[in-house]
Amino acid sequence: MDTGWGSTVAIVVIGALIVLAVGWWLLRPRTRPQFVTDRERATYATLHTASVAARHLRGGLAPTEARRAVGPLRELLGTPALALVDRSGLLAWEGAAEDHATQVVDIATSALDTGEVRAVDLPACGDPTCFLRSAVVAPVVAGDRVVAALVAPAPESTPGLTRATEEVADWVATQVDLADLSRQRTRTMEAELRALRAQISPHFIYNSLGAIASFVRTDPDRARELLLEFADFSRYALREGGTFTTLAEELRNVERYLVLEQARFGDRLTVSLKVAPEVLPIRVPFLAIQPLVENAVQHGIAPKESGGRIEIVARDVGTEAEISIDDNGVGADPAVIRQVLDGGADGQDSVGLGNVDARLRQVYGDDLGLVVETAPEAGMRVTFRLPKFAPAALDRP
Amino acid sequence: MTQPWSVLAVALVTVTTLLVGLFGLRMARATTDFYVAGRTVSSWRNASAIGGEFLSAASFLGIASLVFERGAPTAWLPVGYTLGYLVLLVLVAAPLRRSGAYTVPDFAELRLESRAARLVCSALVVAVGWLYALPQLQGAGVVLRHVTGWPRWVGTLVVALVVGANVAVAGMRSITVVQALQYWVKLTAICIPAFVLLAVWLRDGRPAPTGLTDGWWDPVPGPSSGPGLWLTYSTLVALCFGTMGLPHVVVRFYTNPTGREARHTTVAVLVLLGVFYVWTPLYGFFGRIYLRDAPADDTLVLRLPDVAVPGVGGSLLSALLAGGAFAAFLSTTSGLVLSVAGVLDQDVVRPRAHRSPATSFRASTALAVVTPTVVALAATPLRLSTAVGYAFALAAATFAPLIVLGVWWPRLTGPGAIAGMLTGATTTAVSAALSGQVPAGWAAALTEQPALWTVPLATLVSVAVSLATHTSTPPHSLQTLQRLHTPENLSAGS
Repeated sequence: MDTGWGSTVAIVVIGALIVLAVGWWLLRPRTRPQFVTDRERATYATLHTASVAARHLRGGLAPTEARRAVGPLRELLGTPALALVDRSGLLAWEGAAEDHATQVVDIATSALDTGEVRAVDLPACGDPTCFLRSAVVAPVVAGDRVVAALVAPAPESTPGLTRATEEVADWVATQVDLADLSRQRTRTMEAELRALRAQISPHFIYNSLGAIASFVRTDPDRARELLLEFADFSRYALREGGTFTTLAEELRNVERYLVLEQARFGDRLTVSLKVAPEVLPIRVPFLAIQPLVENAVQHGIAPKESGGRIEIVARDVGTEAEISIDDNGVGADPAVIRQVLDGGADGQDSVGLGNVDARLRQVYGDDLGLVVETAPEAGMRVTFRLPKFAPAALDRP
Repeated sequence: MTQPWSVLAVALVTVTTLLVGLFGLRMARATTDFYVAGRTVSSWRNASAIGGEFLSAASFLGIASLVFERGAPTAWLPVGYTLGYLVLLVLVAAPLRRSGAYTVPDFAELRLESRAARLVCSALVVAVGWLYALPQLQGAGVVLRHVTGWPRWVGTLVVALVVGANVAVAGMRSITVVQALQYWVKLTAICIPAFVLLAVWLRDGRPAPTGLTDGWWDPVPGPSSGPGLWLTYSTLVALCFGTMGLPHVVVRFYTNPTGREARHTTVAVLVLLGVFYVWTPLYGFFGRIYLRDAPADDTLVLRLPDVAVPGVGGSLLSALLAGGAFAAFLSTTSGLVLSVAGVLDQDVVRPRAHRSPATSFRASTALAVVTPTVVALAATPLRLSTAVGYAFALAAATFAPLIVLGVWWPRLTGPGAIAGMLTGATTTAVSAALSGQVPAGWAAALTEQPALWTVPLATLVSVAVSLATHTSTPPHSLQTLQRLHTPENLSAGS
């Protein structure tokens, strides 16, 4: 009866493995080194070694990174050993004769103070097989500061070795600068997030408190409810730590925000939320949606005499979710919005859009920024996609 | 011979599925009092959705025909289908949810921090998905031929086209409520005729079939005689460990808000599947009474009511069953095509073809549907349970070591996991190719139900290679594990 199923199963499995192979082939790195001359080969080898070292130095000169990076660095110099020393002592030693380490640290410490490239004679050690008689010390100067010193012990120090060590030290310094730069960029992003958090407050706090005050006598119960909403909203918006939250949390906060805004606008603001329950557990950058909604209210609906409608939709599209915030307010000039998204406009108004866009791109890549469709008097729709799984969105401790 | 009521039922199911897929239910409800965010999918609804997608035609039609043909011992199969969720519950449900992975390849990438492991996983998801979709497509052909007398390829093409159109046009909209409803449709469709048959049988006063329940504790009888106990345990291992690797089941766990909810959902699935599987073997039982000399094939369930209840009543019951079976073909196939297309899109098509997401997803869908359809049309029809069993065996030998070790063993490395998965895939494929060509006895048993040796082998290879490549342990291995095993409310403060 079941004749033939075995081969069918095998065909399907093999078919899928072929898909794997094809995918592998398509995704393989495009550059295959094909060398004609030794010179090309040498250039490639040097650049490759340098790029390996650069990868390890991406995070700066922490001990683990330094230990990984000195291997390729020693290859670049071709010395029997290589050491990296900073003010706290030996960072990493690669290669032979580690018993010279204490001498090397002493030598390097002086270089750390003077910032000069020097060739020093190493005192003979007890080991008769040890042939290290000399060492070149080069300071690593990053941002006008001597952050470390590179020590290259060798049988004898030639002018060539001195030059090379100096160059490698300079190169390491560049990498350290780059690492500092990227750290600073992250810090800037965090600062922007904090700024965004602080920025919600003024407008919104006055308006909300004003609206609540107007209810205190006429409708005390409502005033109380609104105050509680306000408390919850502030607690969420001003909370510490955690760059990410779930879509459910973020939308709940948008709801609080809208309840407060409705108290102010009354019938002039109608709201509808359509949310596919499947997308609620997705992780999303903290305060990614609320600023967009606030933008729609402040710049779309508020200036419009007759009021308007805001529609927030979260759709499930398989491996991603699509979020859109749609308003039928006054709209905006696309050129202005483009400027905002490019980070050019330092206006007080639409910082929210630019900030959210920048953060989304930082986390998910340039393909997943904000898409804004608008024209004067034609309302505005802001759309973006959130991947259900993004390694970058998992808070790694 | 055409059965008008059944044709109507099948047409109704098909058209409804098509319409719901193309136009949606307009069901993301607009709310005026807008506290939507509290409205996450409840664990029972999510469990129904898992049931709706999981209960394939193999469950709906296949088990009954096997019980009819080989007797009560084949009731181990539904036991195995259900037990898989117990293993899932105990070993991986909550950690898998906490990982934040949407698919198994996501899990591999997250846990092993290796692009290569992700690609191997993706290829295997495609393999398992196609293997599972294959009997669904063929079964649809067989059922439609039974109902209308049309050739087999018609039914296969109908299901392929409906599913392809739905997935391609509607995007990857797998609405939980719709899938949840599917479970209840299937339960109704299997339950009502069973009750009627039971009543008819009690009134008829026909004797119970003899020999059906003899030795129900015995091992599962295989198609060829062999060491039965091996076959039983091997089948159980495949079903128990395969469930956690089924692509269309894994994605459903993402919908649970927390790991705890994921556990609740799994328990609910156990209950719902238990309720469903009470009924399917009954059809085998009635088959022995009313269709004693009929050939054993997958249309047994559909033929029963007509014989037991002559007249319109029987036709209506047949129609209900045919509609239910078609719903099973459609829902399982679309769940599989969605998963396979998603993986193809993410890992093969989109990185290369620099098109819009919608275009590349449509291309992936086409690839995901066309391949199993072509194989389904070309190959000899498989018995539903046999082919589905192979999909389980493959998933068990490849994904189970990855997921279980990944969740519980910090020293698993990318190369180790890849070696394990490739070992599992190769051994399963080789066994499948060899089965039927080796002499009966142990050789046949080992190739027919390979899971009992392929799963431990793949696990051992994973462990050994991981130990040998301990230098490439993922840098964040311990943090990841900590994350997988820490309940959400504990980490909420940090």
